[in-house]
Amino acid sequence: MLDDLIYPSWHWSISGLAIAFILFLLTMAGRSFGVSTTFKNICGLAGAGKKNEFFKFDYKEDSWRLFFIGGAIVGGFIAGVIFPNPFAVSLDSDTIFALEKLGIVYPTADSLGHGFFPDAYFRWDSLNAWIIALAGGFLVGFGSRYADGCTSGHAITGLSHFQLPSLLTVIGFFIGGLLMTHFLLPYIL
Amino acid sequence: MKGIIFFLIGIFFGITMTKSEAISWFRIYEMFRFESFHMYGIIGTAVVIGAISMTLLKIFKVKVAGGGLVTYTPLPLNIKRHLISGTIFGLGWALVGACPGPMFVLAGNGYFFIIVVIAGAVFGTYAYGMVRDKLPH
Repeated sequence: MLDDLIYPSWHWSISGLAIAFILFLLTMAGRSFGVSTTFKNICGLAGAGKKNEFFKFDYKEDSWRLFFIGGAIVGGFIAGVIFPNPFAVSLDSDTIFALEKLGIVYPTADSLGHGFFPDAYFRWDSLNAWIIALAGGFLVGFGSRYADGCTSGHAITGLSHFQLPSLLTVIGFFIGGLLMTHFLLPYIL
Repeated sequence: MKGIIFFLIGIFFGITMTKSEAISWFRIYEMFRFESFHMYGIIGTAVVIGAISMTLLKIFKVKVAGGGLVTYTPLPLNIKRHLISGTIFGLGWALVGACPGPMFVLAGNGYFFIIVVIAGAVFGTYAYGMVRDKLPH
């Protein structure tokens, strides 16, 4: 009985509620929910602040984010390794068919069986995978800093504060995402 | 000591990202193909409840840690910047199937190749910092 609560994935409404609760908790703690600034903090900790003021790591303002990210990694371990859902993500059958055409067989493309990440494609010994991972990560890092926020900062926090700049940014997220998924991905993967 | 609080909220965030399946590369692919309501349901619920709770905190002038009120510093409106930067982000999001939060949570889930993606994101952030004066804001 308890197992039915701990292991399975959550309904989208519960997940959405939980994310709103995280926004509430961080707001009450006097902080703004946004993950992408972590990359800037990593640059700062690596010493980029000496050459460029933009990366300067401010302990008073930034250190909470490192605790938060450390927790996020541990949370992923708890939910995915200690109490994993025994069933892979249940994708729409049309999605599975489209993936097959890209050469990604679902769910076996995820060696851990969760349906979280196609590590059969993203392998350490594949040069293609390295290029795509670095390039994709680069776009996410560059884009989120230029946008001054990512999904958490704009789609969740910004929209919850009725921000027009955030709405436009999220529209941008979808322009880019749709272009990649429908027009570029078939040539890349 | 305050770090513990953020560590605990972070754990809850990691569990939520995993159990919501928002960390799934496949879910992001499915979302951009409009073949499931799942991701839209998550984001939609989060924004509706988030907007209600933020509005209530503002109306009742609730004090947050540090003694201040709930405020939001708006970005200066620049349609070109928002759309272009968002599009760059979206191209990467759909390619690696993870936005920044899920990248770290995937690492905790045991998908260690995501570290290469995180490294790419750090390079991208660094590159932005180097050219930001030349970009429209």
